[in-house]
Amino acid sequence: MSEPLTETEVRHIAKLSRLQLSDEEIAVMAVELSAIVGYVDQLGEVNVDGIVPTAHAVDVQNVFRADEIRDSIGTKTALSNAPVSEDPYFKVPKVLDPGAV
Amino acid sequence: MITATEIAKSVRSGSMSARDAVQSSLSRIKEHDSSLGAFLFVCEDHALEQATQVDAQIRNGQTDLPLAGVPIAIKDNICTDFAPTTCASKILNNFCPPYSAHVIEKLTHAGAIIVGKTNLDEFAMGSSTENSAKGITRNPWDRERVPGGSSGGSAVSVASGMTPLALGSDTGGSIRQPASLTGVVGIKPTYGCVSRYGLVAYGSSLDQIGPMARTVEDAALLLGTIVGHDARDSTSVAKNAPDYVANLSNPIAGKKIGIAREYFGEGLDAQTRSAVEFAIEVLRGLGAETVEIELPHTKYAIACYYLIATAEASSNLARYDGVHYGHRSENPRDIFELYSASREEGFGREVKRRLMLGTHALSSGYYDAYYLRAMKVRTLLRKDFEKAFANVDVICSPTTPTTAFRIGEKTDDPLAMYLADIYTISANLAGIPAMSVPCGFDSTDLPIGMQLMGPAFSESNLINIAHQYEISSNHFERVPG
Repeated sequence: MSEPLTETEVRHIAKLSRLQLSDEEIAVMAVELSAIVGYVDQLGEVNVDGIVPTAHAVDVQNVFRADEIRDSIGTKTALSNAPVSEDPYFKVPKVLDPGAV
Repeated sequence: MITATEIAKSVRSGSMSARDAVQSSLSRIKEHDSSLGAFLFVCEDHALEQATQVDAQIRNGQTDLPLAGVPIAIKDNICTDFAPTTCASKILNNFCPPYSAHVIEKLTHAGAIIVGKTNLDEFAMGSSTENSAKGITRNPWDRERVPGGSSGGSAVSVASGMTPLALGSDTGGSIRQPASLTGVVGIKPTYGCVSRYGLVAYGSSLDQIGPMARTVEDAALLLGTIVGHDARDSTSVAKNAPDYVANLSNPIAGKKIGIAREYFGEGLDAQTRSAVEFAIEVLRGLGAETVEIELPHTKYAIACYYLIATAEASSNLARYDGVHYGHRSENPRDIFELYSASREEGFGREVKRRLMLGTHALSSGYYDAYYLRAMKVRTLLRKDFEKAFANVDVICSPTTPTTAFRIGEKTDDPLAMYLADIYTISANLAGIPAMSVPCGFDSTDLPIGMQLMGPAFSESNLINIAHQYEISSNHFERVPG
């Protein structure tokens, strides 16, 4: 059985998940995630020596298609759901500022 | 209640107009949905326009419309370019997709009329439809109980006769579990049978779209309409669709039915157990043989699923970034805060929990112990089924361990909620087809479902057995009050 997750670990996972959790959410999440992780730990008892992992249940081979130009939805439609845009771009806060993460 | 098969026949023969069929569905929605909450969006104008078009096609002599004039409800994680697609999430509030899913194109082509989009657990993550940012959906058999989930809205639309058909999606039981809890038929097809193009991704190696209907014949008719290869989904299997309806009346004498004790163990409600055992007796009465089988890794299925599905979700849901579409936080200081504040504000509790678990399972130092190990256990689960299907045609079990639970009963205990999917999850991990068919009621008149699982691409056989059972039991004739 693994140790319960600490709030520091939960904060790290939240950062990786890009979720700005409140302190209260962090505390609740630590308890809930620890319970779930404690449950999934039972997989540790299964002997998986020499077992090939399954990523897809049905055999999937690389699927290729001809490299041909086709119709696409176009810039205007692609931007139609953007919360902020400036034709023909999506707009985000400045990313080249040295102070930014 | 009139079936989809009957509606399509009448509309094709001209004895009923598609417009009348749609009007009748729309008026049932108006009458019942304010107290049930199955629909997030009703597209009345679009539906009536489509119906007028189908009526014109019929008048012009077009006969190849298998679902002519049949009203259908669509789970709101399937893209429609004529109606919003929100996944019952704040992060996709008012999102209007620029294209429709492959299944929507297929349905329109077949003459079906989409009347609305149905409620679900946010991003299909849940087993009760309580994790919706848009409000709960009630079970028509007992309005204080959940309809199951995540395709709860679609299940309720069919169970209460608002539409004869609905589409759901099933990642760990999200079609079969609500079908069982609301007394309808639900099919999760073999992975790769139905194109996922336009289905908002949750766990991409597990997700499948499938039919929900009141009778097996209707479910078969709908399945036949939506299967088929689509180049826009690279996991779509290039196989010709069999005529599922044509095999309905085959005798089932001599079919071998596997019974696994792992599906009848601790946690199974006594009344559910006896209803399923009785249903198996009915199948024996029809000449089927029962064989005891073992699926020894079943007890690891939930742990395996919650690592794989959440890992895939953490990757799939990275696209909700406040940049391309969906909710964006106001006045972020920098790009990191734009992402993390938009996601914090847009996602609900269960989605955050699963994204956190999936991120953890994939993160440096934990990948081998969690994600990789889960993928290996998935192989063992698959092998259990391969071994079993060497000796039997189908495996029979309960669909769910209990009948519908009370609203709020499991919302504070995520693990207890996950256990509601204990019998349905393995089929997704193994990629095999599985369906739920009503097999009776408990002492408080709540529906019970029987699950049939078969080897990959054996839908026709499952449907045949389910139909033969259904016509010998007639549970579908009972409707909620």
